[in-house]
Amino acid sequence: MITLAHYIVFAAVLFCIALAGIFINRKNVIVLLMAIELMLLAVNVNFIAFSRYLGDVGGQVFVFFILTVAAAESAIGLGILTLIFRNRRTINVAEIDDLHG
Amino acid sequence: MSHWPLLSLLIWVPIAGAIPVLFAGQNRPSTARWLTLLISLVTFILSLALLFGYNYNSGAMQFVESHAWLPAIHSRYGLGVDGISIALIILTSFTNVLVVVGAWEVIRDKVHQYMAAMLVLTGLMIGIFAATDALLFYVFFEAMLIPMFIIIGVWGGPRRIYATIKFFLFTMFGSIFMLLALIFLYLKTGNFSIAAMQHVPLTMTEQTWIFFSFLIAFAVKVPMVPVHTWLPDAHVEAPTGGSVVLAAVMLKIGGYGFIRFALPITPDAADHFAWLVITLSLIAIIYIGYVALVQEDMKKLVAYSSVAHMGFVTLGLFIVFILIRDGSVDMAKLGIQGSMVQMISHGFISGAMFTSIGVMYDRMHTRMIKDYGGLANVMPWFALFMVFFGLANAGLPGTSGFVGEFMVIIASFHASPWIGLAAAFTLVIGAGYTLWLIKRVVWGEVRSPEVAAMKDISAREIFVLASFALLVLWLGFWPEPLVHLIHAPITELVHTLGHSKL
Amino acid sequence: MLSMHTLLIIALAPLAGAALAGLLGRQIGRVGAHSVATLSVAVSCVLSFWVFYQLVWGGAHSFNENLYTWFQVGSFSAHVGFLVDRLTALMMVVVTFISLMVHIYTIGYMADDPGYQRFFSYIALFTFSMLMLVMSNNFMQLFFGWEAVGLVSYLLIGFWYKRPTAIYANLKAFLVNRVGDMGFVLGIAAVVYFLGTLDYAQAFQRAPELVGRTIQILPGHAWSAATLISLLLFAGAMGKSAQVPLHVWLPDSMEGPTPISALIHAATMVTAGVFMVARMSPLFELSSTALSFVLVIGATTALFLGLVSIVQHDIKRVIAYSTLSQLGYMVAALGASAYAAGIFHLMTHAFFKSLLFLGAGSVIIAMHHEQDMRHMGGLRKYMPITYITMWVGSLALSGIPPFAGFYSKDSIIEAVSNAHLWGSGYAYWSVLLGVFVTATYTFRMMYLTFHGKERFRVDPHAVKGDEHASHEPGVLAHPPHESSWVVTLPLILLAIPSLLIGAVAIKPLLFGGFFGSSIYVLPAHNVLAEMAGHFQDWESFTLHAFVSAPFWVAMAGIAVTSYVYLVKPSLAGRIAKGLGPLYRVLCNKFYFDELYFALFAKGGVRLGRGLWKAGDSTLIDGAMVNGSVSLVARLARFFRVLQSGYVYHYAFAMILGLILLLAGFVFTGHA
Repeated sequence: MITLAHYIVFAAVLFCIALAGIFINRKNVIVLLMAIELMLLAVNVNFIAFSRYLGDVGGQVFVFFILTVAAAESAIGLGILTLIFRNRRTINVAEIDDLHG
Repeated sequence: MSHWPLLSLLIWVPIAGAIPVLFAGQNRPSTARWLTLLISLVTFILSLALLFGYNYNSGAMQFVESHAWLPAIHSRYGLGVDGISIALIILTSFTNVLVVVGAWEVIRDKVHQYMAAMLVLTGLMIGIFAATDALLFYVFFEAMLIPMFIIIGVWGGPRRIYATIKFFLFTMFGSIFMLLALIFLYLKTGNFSIAAMQHVPLTMTEQTWIFFSFLIAFAVKVPMVPVHTWLPDAHVEAPTGGSVVLAAVMLKIGGYGFIRFALPITPDAADHFAWLVITLSLIAIIYIGYVALVQEDMKKLVAYSSVAHMGFVTLGLFIVFILIRDGSVDMAKLGIQGSMVQMISHGFISGAMFTSIGVMYDRMHTRMIKDYGGLANVMPWFALFMVFFGLANAGLPGTSGFVGEFMVIIASFHASPWIGLAAAFTLVIGAGYTLWLIKRVVWGEVRSPEVAAMKDISAREIFVLASFALLVLWLGFWPEPLVHLIHAPITELVHTLGHSKL
Repeated sequence: MLSMHTLLIIALAPLAGAALAGLLGRQIGRVGAHSVATLSVAVSCVLSFWVFYQLVWGGAHSFNENLYTWFQVGSFSAHVGFLVDRLTALMMVVVTFISLMVHIYTIGYMADDPGYQRFFSYIALFTFSMLMLVMSNNFMQLFFGWEAVGLVSYLLIGFWYKRPTAIYANLKAFLVNRVGDMGFVLGIAAVVYFLGTLDYAQAFQRAPELVGRTIQILPGHAWSAATLISLLLFAGAMGKSAQVPLHVWLPDSMEGPTPISALIHAATMVTAGVFMVARMSPLFELSSTALSFVLVIGATTALFLGLVSIVQHDIKRVIAYSTLSQLGYMVAALGASAYAAGIFHLMTHAFFKSLLFLGAGSVIIAMHHEQDMRHMGGLRKYMPITYITMWVGSLALSGIPPFAGFYSKDSIIEAVSNAHLWGSGYAYWSVLLGVFVTATYTFRMMYLTFHGKERFRVDPHAVKGDEHASHEPGVLAHPPHESSWVVTLPLILLAIPSLLIGAVAIKPLLFGGFFGSSIYVLPAHNVLAEMAGHFQDWESFTLHAFVSAPFWVAMAGIAVTSYVYLVKPSLAGRIAKGLGPLYRVLCNKFYFDELYFALFAKGGVRLGRGLWKAGDSTLIDGAMVNGSVSLVARLARFFRVLQSGYVYHYAFAMILGLILLLAGFVFTGHA
């Protein structure tokens, strides 16, 4: 029997992997974007699990919204990525530090 | 006439007028100039209209306008003027006309933007003098910095960035405290009406805090020692028109703030700390006098002399408390009258001095005293004006410079002979730095071939200088119209100051 | 009867003349400018004589009316108005008459000066200012006139503005005067403080209230109100009338053209202080301390600055120091409460001293702008009119009967000897010895200029072009000759009163109650009344001179001078050498100039520079303004380390923040 707890743990693990992907990744902006997607997925899993558990479809509706936004976001993110690469000839995160004070 | 929203017109005609001036664009400078002159003249005439509808016997606000503005915080678009405001509004609109004429051929780069900035500045400054709502006042007070910032920052001298930032930071530093005080007063009274703030009872502790907040804000504007050092820098870097407005009108906002806010809202704290302001004023008169003596840059010299002259304004305002304590009400009025007259007079004289320096700068592109000498040989008409305004700056009777100083000296002698003595020292030191400047610049042999090549002033420059000169003479020979104009509100103010708020 | 219109015309005509000659100078030309200025002053002069006649013989009453309100604050007000009584009328006559003479003289003297129109504009403006000063009926307007004459004096001393010495002198004159004016303004403020009004009539009416009133200047020291007011007002007089120690500007003012020296720096402006004190007699009379001070200052000026005159070489400077000394006499008379005698001497001095100055100017033209007496001598045969008229002036100056100066100076000396104030003994000896000194320098000047050997040579080839200034001293292109009629006519017209006015005026002016209520003297101080006891008429006063000390002292001076300069010219140098240190002190004018220059001019600049660097640059801008800026910068340098610029650092910070926030909610139990 797969309980709510399983889903929550699964989502938490997924989220933590994404988190690690953001912190530990020093190489690639694409990985960064993927990690963000992963985070959103973790949230989606939570939404669906709770929706089922509470018997409220609202949560599942929300997931569609998130998926749409995530798609748009990754499109823009990839666009920015292309621009960064075009301008700087690199997508190495460690080299992009224009905000350095 | 009285149905017209005259004050709104005075504020918004120049500000709205700036839009078509901007649209005249870079390529049609002459259109921009004439349009600006037209708008300035309209504003000036409108400001004169205030004199005709004004009831001289009432110290209350007149031409009142009041509309809902920010209902959530009970702030209204409230305008109204008394004699004091009218005098300063007319000074503002008048100075603006002369500045526009003065900049006619001098500003060649981005004429439309310069002219528009001047118009906006004028409208905002009129707004400051007309606002009866503290928040509205504050908005104008801050907004005015922007056009001035642009004028100095775009058309200024080589160190203009340093000067603008210094100017901006000093003023912002002061006005933050004022904003805090205003918010406190708002919480106390429930709205932003200045009149309500003047009537709300306050404890001594509250008054002390509020007084010092106002003191910091307005002391920077006046400017008083020791927060005066932005002024010489700002003047040196500003274009001529900027300097004229800065000296003629903007400094007066400090004095006006004292009259409108600090004195009536916190009379007991002001009374208690009057000695402090009096001391600072006397330091301004003597110490700054000596500092002015040794300046090598003409604009700096006149800027320092402005600080010294504005010392008379704050002196006149704060000896009032000693005089009220002694029961000499007439002398208290004389002190405030003196500082008001001094403000208006300083507007004319310093405006004219900076215009004169601008005239020289346009020809030689230097402000250093040592580069000049013997101008009387090549520019006799200019020399006439320069000597005249120099003597006015030194407070010669028959010029407006004398009237305010005379009133304040008499009133301060009443307060204490020592204060009178220190104030009267300006007769010596003021004449010292001004006439020494005149000696080195105007008199003597022609100093260099560059000086020899200088042309005497044009009709346009004569018009500007002669307008200033006529007013200086008029106020010197017959100050009564001005004194009468501001008499009723000053009587009211002295009456207010005589009653403790505790 | 006097009317406001007449007085307005008297005052404003010269102003109109000045404006026309000055502003439209180029349009109306030289002739136009001098005509309009001279004519306007002539109008003033004629009307002033008429006013004088009306007041003295026509039975007119004093005129005192306000013209308009200058300002009104509560019950305190300042007005512009005229007070014309006999004192004023006398001053008006003297001022406009001498001014007219100087205008006429200037037509000749300044004939080839490029600033001709400007000069006329200035002197007409001066006449206006001086009239405003004497005709004023209140302190404010008095101060206006006071400063306005100072302004014109400033402009005229610096008339030749290319000369470094001239523009130095005019700045010095203005500033030294301003030191006095500072006292003067405070004096006016004190009058307002104690008497509550700027109006003469009201102030003098309330003056008796001052008795017994005091003011705490220093804690524990109460000053009498009358003394304070009088001393402060007198400070102004010390500046304008060049009394020790504020006298230093007057000798330097000789940088101005000679007509100015005659008009402003001898006859009129410098006597404004004397006039003012006489006008303020109701106040000064209340304080014997102030009177003593006035007396001592006047007597000191009379003697010691006269001494300086003896060693001068510049003919104008001799007369300038003589003016200082004579002003000292007038002030001493005021101190002795003999106001009428002071005004009397003011009047006679105005005539003979402007005569001497204009005569000296005539000599200077003849000598091609040479002013050094060492290059003159024997001029009497070249310029007889100047010679004779200047002798008239000199004898008047030396106080030889029956010339005008004798009457006025003798009465001053007698008045001082009768004074009972503290310091009157010192004052008496000073003014008495001053007579010796006066005779000495006057005769020395006359001998050096007109008598003895010619110490110049005529060399037609010595001078190229018409440069007056740059030729070798003592060399003239052509022999000196008498000046034209516009120059000599004023000399003659001034010589007449210099000769006669004393004898005519002594009785009415001093003993006839001429001034009536314009001058107020306490009965206890009234030395002139004591003298009136044994005064019969001018003849007996003249005869009395031959048995009195001053006359013989003067004679002694004349005798010594005549012996030295006429009989044994070599003696002068030997005396100078013999008196070494004293001579040097006199040549350096008691080192006043050096002291003031070091102390005030240089000291002021050094103080200013010190304050500027230490105060504004270092303390305020350095420590406070830039100090707070650098504090911010230092803090920022610390905090900027946190801004690495890596996105994952920011993300980490966000997550961390989120976790902390959530933890906070969990542990505190609030949602």
